[in-house]
Amino acid sequence: MRRFGWFNATSLTLGLAFLYLPMVILIVYSFNESKLVTVWAGFSTKWYGELFRNEAFLDAAWVTLKVAVVSSTIATVLGTMAAQVLVRAGRFPGRTLFSGMIYAPLVMPEVITGLSLLLLFIAIGLDRGVFTIILAHTTFSMCYVSVVVSARLATFDRSLEEAALDLGCTPFDAFRSVTLPVIAPAVIAGWLLAFTLSLDDLVIASFAAGPASTTLPIKIWSSIRLGVSPEINALSTILIGVVSAGVISASLISKRAMVLRAREERQAEQG
Amino acid sequence: MATMPANEDFAPWDDPSARALITFRNVTKRFGRFTAIDAIDLAIYEREFFALLGPSGCGKTTLMRMLAGFETPTEGAIELAGRDIVPVPPNRREVNMMFQSYALFPHLSVWDNIAFGLRRSAMGRADIAARVEEMLRLTRLEPFARRKPHQISGGQRQRVALARSLAKAPKLLLLDEPLGALDKKLRQETQFELMDIQEKTGTTFVIVTHDQEEAMTVASRVAVMDHGRIVQVDTPARIYESPNSVYVADFIGDVNIIEGTAGASSDGPNLAVHWAEGQQALTGPARTPLAGGQRCALAIRPEKIAISGDRPGGMHNVVQGKVLDIAYLGNVSTYHVELPTGHVLKAQTANTRRIARRSHTWDDTVWLSWSDTASVVLPV
Amino acid sequence: MNIRRLLVIAVPYLWLLALFLVPFGIVLKISLSDLAIARPPYTPYLDLAAGLAGLKAFFAGLDFDNFVFLTTDDLYWRAYLSSLWIALSSTALALLVGYPIAYAMSRATPEWRPTLMMLVILPFWTSFLIRVYAWVGILNTEGVLNQFLMLTGVISEPLTILNTRTAVYIGIVYTYLPFMVLPIYATLDRLDDALLEAAEDLGCSRLSAFWLVTVPLSKQGIIAGCFLVFIPAIGEFVIPALLGGSETLMIGKVLWDEFFRNRDWPVASAVAIVLLLILLIPIILFQRNEQKQREAEG
Repeated sequence: MRRFGWFNATSLTLGLAFLYLPMVILIVYSFNESKLVTVWAGFSTKWYGELFRNEAFLDAAWVTLKVAVVSSTIATVLGTMAAQVLVRAGRFPGRTLFSGMIYAPLVMPEVITGLSLLLLFIAIGLDRGVFTIILAHTTFSMCYVSVVVSARLATFDRSLEEAALDLGCTPFDAFRSVTLPVIAPAVIAGWLLAFTLSLDDLVIASFAAGPASTTLPIKIWSSIRLGVSPEINALSTILIGVVSAGVISASLISKRAMVLRAREERQAEQG
Repeated sequence: MATMPANEDFAPWDDPSARALITFRNVTKRFGRFTAIDAIDLAIYEREFFALLGPSGCGKTTLMRMLAGFETPTEGAIELAGRDIVPVPPNRREVNMMFQSYALFPHLSVWDNIAFGLRRSAMGRADIAARVEEMLRLTRLEPFARRKPHQISGGQRQRVALARSLAKAPKLLLLDEPLGALDKKLRQETQFELMDIQEKTGTTFVIVTHDQEEAMTVASRVAVMDHGRIVQVDTPARIYESPNSVYVADFIGDVNIIEGTAGASSDGPNLAVHWAEGQQALTGPARTPLAGGQRCALAIRPEKIAISGDRPGGMHNVVQGKVLDIAYLGNVSTYHVELPTGHVLKAQTANTRRIARRSHTWDDTVWLSWSDTASVVLPV
Repeated sequence: MNIRRLLVIAVPYLWLLALFLVPFGIVLKISLSDLAIARPPYTPYLDLAAGLAGLKAFFAGLDFDNFVFLTTDDLYWRAYLSSLWIALSSTALALLVGYPIAYAMSRATPEWRPTLMMLVILPFWTSFLIRVYAWVGILNTEGVLNQFLMLTGVISEPLTILNTRTAVYIGIVYTYLPFMVLPIYATLDRLDDALLEAAEDLGCSRLSAFWLVTVPLSKQGIIAGCFLVFIPAIGEFVIPALLGGSETLMIGKVLWDEFFRNRDWPVASAVAIVLLLILLIPIILFQRNEQKQREAEG
């Protein structure tokens, strides 16, 4: 191990400060008594109260949650199927087009994805609303899910599936009772990714949403266009808190499982 | 190393009336332009412990995977108990496989791993439980039934894999390098355990291995493979003592190969091999009839060569040389002896005496000799 | 091919065809159409009921007028160039900021590394919109940064940062920093310490060992990181819309305005097509680089 050194310590500290200070400041000002974001007028939780009395925000939050749960669930099913096709299906007609369609949305600017979907919905005369947002979110997040799941499938020991077939499983039974439980962490990670992408998305939802349905990012967008507001700070704090708690606890759980597993493996070898 | 089968009379391959359990008829498997298996005919009998032996890439794994149903032959038929199994998918075959990686389901306990196949049959719950317990007893895994695969040692994992593949009482059990992941000492113990279990259950075993010692230890018959073909199928003793080619002789154990030309006349079963200008011809039994003047090779195992300070009398096969090197291996020592012709022969002696009183040392001039029947003359 | 296998391929395939490829075809088609005061606001409209004649009329109505228009109004090509320039400079800045972070992470003790990784990834999970918004409150003329600088006496007049290019640079570097740090960290993490020791043993100083060994060996990570920042930055909409001013032209914002404000769908579609063609170059280069790396690793 080489020594860590002051240079490394400084760049890490500054780097992490750069990443986290803006969020810390945002959170701090959400507890500001004053309406003016620039003046500190004492600690208060009144903006949280305001937020929970704001019907428009609550409605938008409800729509967002519905869209996120439904779209990420469908995206996980479709994405896992697509991953299975990418890793396992071998050659079939149109394979290149298929993998192109999986990877393209990952690099496609959101404005283009949104625009193209909106034009489709109009062309086929589909009324825009919650349903179209779900379709749009499912389409781009299934690609993320399939990338996450196919990375796991690529390292999956195929002899496990062969063993299941050998012991009398049909191919579908083998997938359900062996493959799926083993790749479950990647599938769950894919779902979480799809969920947060949907929760976050402003641009595509703006195109896909009709005037009647508003998601939380759209609502946040229209109010921050008018400037900084403590209410938005409070809402942001809640969102940051929920996501951070989720991510941190997920990584703690998986780290604990790894440590435990390593210990059990050591014990097993010692007899 | 070769041990005789427990039942000395067990030799269905010598009995023309015996019916084979598995028959390969002119089986060929090609992957694109690569031929993995080249027109193989093979019969394996019930209760046999049959080893497929060869270097990696020789086609032994492909042959086994065709038995399991994971590969379909390009041409030919494979019969199990008289029925063509080529169209039968792996989940419908009465064949089970023990995988090289063991392929234990990481999310299931030892108990559930063993019960996995049984649950996919028509067996009732109570019967499944009884069968799993029986398998746990057979493989001495009872204390670990509730553990997950990562909570047991490598040796125990190997036994779980065996128990799982035996649980359905298959007609045929395939073992893909079953001991490859174990260290040497454990591997030797497990070899005997495997033979013991094979005998107790009476199942036919087909094992794939690249380890010749392992094949010799466990198998009733060994098929030596090379480039998609079976070079020789025989009992371990015959493979070792009477190889049919230089390839087999060289692959199994240590051997000296001396190339030469066949002498014109043969003395009974023995053939004279002229191997160097001005040297007396060597003699040995020919494996196949050879015409006079044909190129051939005399193969002689190092442990069959005697080494002495004085010229031994009454032997046809005597050569003189200088000790080039001595490799001391504990139980035996191997002498590398350089002949005036430039050949280097290996001779092995058992170290029955203490090393300090070794009778030959570096640069000594010594005589090497072996009996007429010790070697074998092979075509090249 | 059995039914189940067919189904596993067909379902995601058809979904993507219907909701990715077909919409894209529509964009292409509309980019060749003309603006009309109608619903939908463009012509020609494919009238399938008219049969072959309708099809003929439809194709006859398509032209490249919108693309020609893009070249005549300098707003568009200035927006493309400015997007490229902003993306390029932000990428360079992100590399400058990200490399030392990745390097320091790889030098940390193994117990610390997973935690540091998580700290770098965590912002990526939290809302992009909110993180960009956080900078509005910081970069304001009455914002936290100006207050701090005036309080410490560094400046006497508040700086105007918000609604300038500088703010857009900060926003892009800030949001895409994890994409730069992680690939570089991945290559540095694999770097064998013995290589640096060997370099020093052979007479290199610490610094020259860094330049001659560490940097070349992390080249793959640098390239990957740069593409991962550059590609999304070109088509960025939220950051220039929120942090940039009227002088920070970016093509994503132009497209948005063309569609929502001017309601000129054909021009918006043409803008999208040209943007995609521009993006194709870095995307193909990136794919090539990834493939080369995979092949090198066997």
